Amino acid sequence: MAACAAPGPGHSPEEPFDPYEKTNRKIHEFNRSLDRAVIRPAGRGYSNFLPDDIETLIGRFAFNLSLPGSIVNNILQGNGRGATEDTYRFVVNSTMGLGGFFDPATEIGMPEATDADFGETLYVWGVREGGYVELPLLGPSTERAAWGKVVDVFTNPLTYALDSPENYYGTVASVSSRLSDRGRFSDTIDSILYESADSYAQARSLYLQNRRFELGQGREGSYLDPYDAPYGTAEDPYDLPTGSYGDPYDE
Amino acid sequence: MMNDLSRRGFIVTGLALTGLVTAPGAALALTDAKAKALVNQVVDEINRVISSGKPVGAMISDFERIFSRYADVNIIAQSTLGPDSRRLSSGQMRAFVDAFRGYIARKYGKRFNEFVGGRIEVKGVRQVKSWHEVASTVYLRGESPFEVRFLVSDRSGQDLFFDMVIEGVSLRLSERTEIGAMLDRRRGDIDGLIQDLRSAG
Repeated sequence: MAACAAPGPGHSPEEPFDPYEKTNRKIHEFNRSLDRAVIRPAGRGYSNFLPDDIETLIGRFAFNLSLPGSIVNNILQGNGRGATEDTYRFVVNSTMGLGGFFDPATEIGMPEATDADFGETLYVWGVREGGYVELPLLGPSTERAAWGKVVDVFTNPLTYALDSPENYYGTVASVSSRLSDRGRFSDTIDSILYESADSYAQARSLYLQNRRFELGQGREGSYLDPYDAPYGTAEDPYDLPTGSYGDPYDE
Repeated sequence: MMNDLSRRGFIVTGLALTGLVTAPGAALALTDAKAKALVNQVVDEINRVISSGKPVGAMISDFERIFSRYADVNIIAQSTLGPDSRRLSSGQMRAFVDAFRGYIARKYGKRFNEFVGGRIEVKGVRQVKSWHEVASTVYLRGESPFEVRFLVSDRSGQDLFFDMVIEGVSLRLSERTEIGAMLDRRRGDIDGLIQDLRSAG
């Protein structure tokens, strides 16, 4: 994890840190052609073939099976409240929700699921974000989040608690729900992958902004007032409000 | 009795005086309340468009009208160019802002049909650095609610929003990536970019 690369001191906070851009772009091209040839048509077919209600059921089932992994990560983050809430949610939806196909937890107004993953745990532990990476099949990520994904294969206790083939249900359901999302949000994903001038840069920008938002970090830290630097001259420190210009020694 | 009356009179006069003293200040500075009022107007208009059930073309022109009226299109457009914006003549800048406005309206306006049956609610407001951030929640049919933040500033001389941030994704920063890529594709030719922008979105 210490292998996560660090940006240089002169790196503008509004620019993505992407030391592996050349390799990433090759993987992006691979992902894009795979999407065009297989995933997009499969997602559309899946979404058109199955009634929306069934897709929702499968999505909920997959999500419910991911909860034990979230609970473990909440514990690792020292978030006792999140761990408790996710546990109640898992118990309620697994029993009253008939194995997670229904979502009574949300209906009775229980707190939202935390959706914790090991990438977030690493963030809480103070591991830096590292460079942007695009993973084959899985898409945009950061070095920290990618390590998190690797570890999350092992953090979900269900992997150990269930025998074959039951322990594959979760995997199958989560692949299905990803296909279903590809179909349902087809227009949005198409506009990023096939309508933007540089789909790699656009996907990178959207992913990094959203990921930082989910981690509750950098919401305004790196956001600059456009009226201070209307020309985007983040290079000129005299234009910046003092708050956003970080002391390089603080890094 | 007399005493009570005169005291009340004093309080009333006092309030009126403070009102007179603070009113000009309040009219100048953007407050949380004014930022929220602006976003309430935007959201009301958007909700009206969503529930109107108009065809996509009409929704796009409605969105363009809302965008021009309540957003600082100049600063958004200019900042998406980054340092390149220094190279533009004032004529080019006008043409660019114009093309940008239409592009944004088409690109986002055509997605409004996904919002049909949904609604937006303004939640809270707080000051962040030099601007005010108004939080709202979007409720769509069959989806979990999500958050949209409007960033409002009066630094243009008027109260206008200069960004919309959807679940952490800023429209301005995303468009900066897009405009940058379009300019690269034209190898830095501004007029070429303006031409492409007129048909994009």
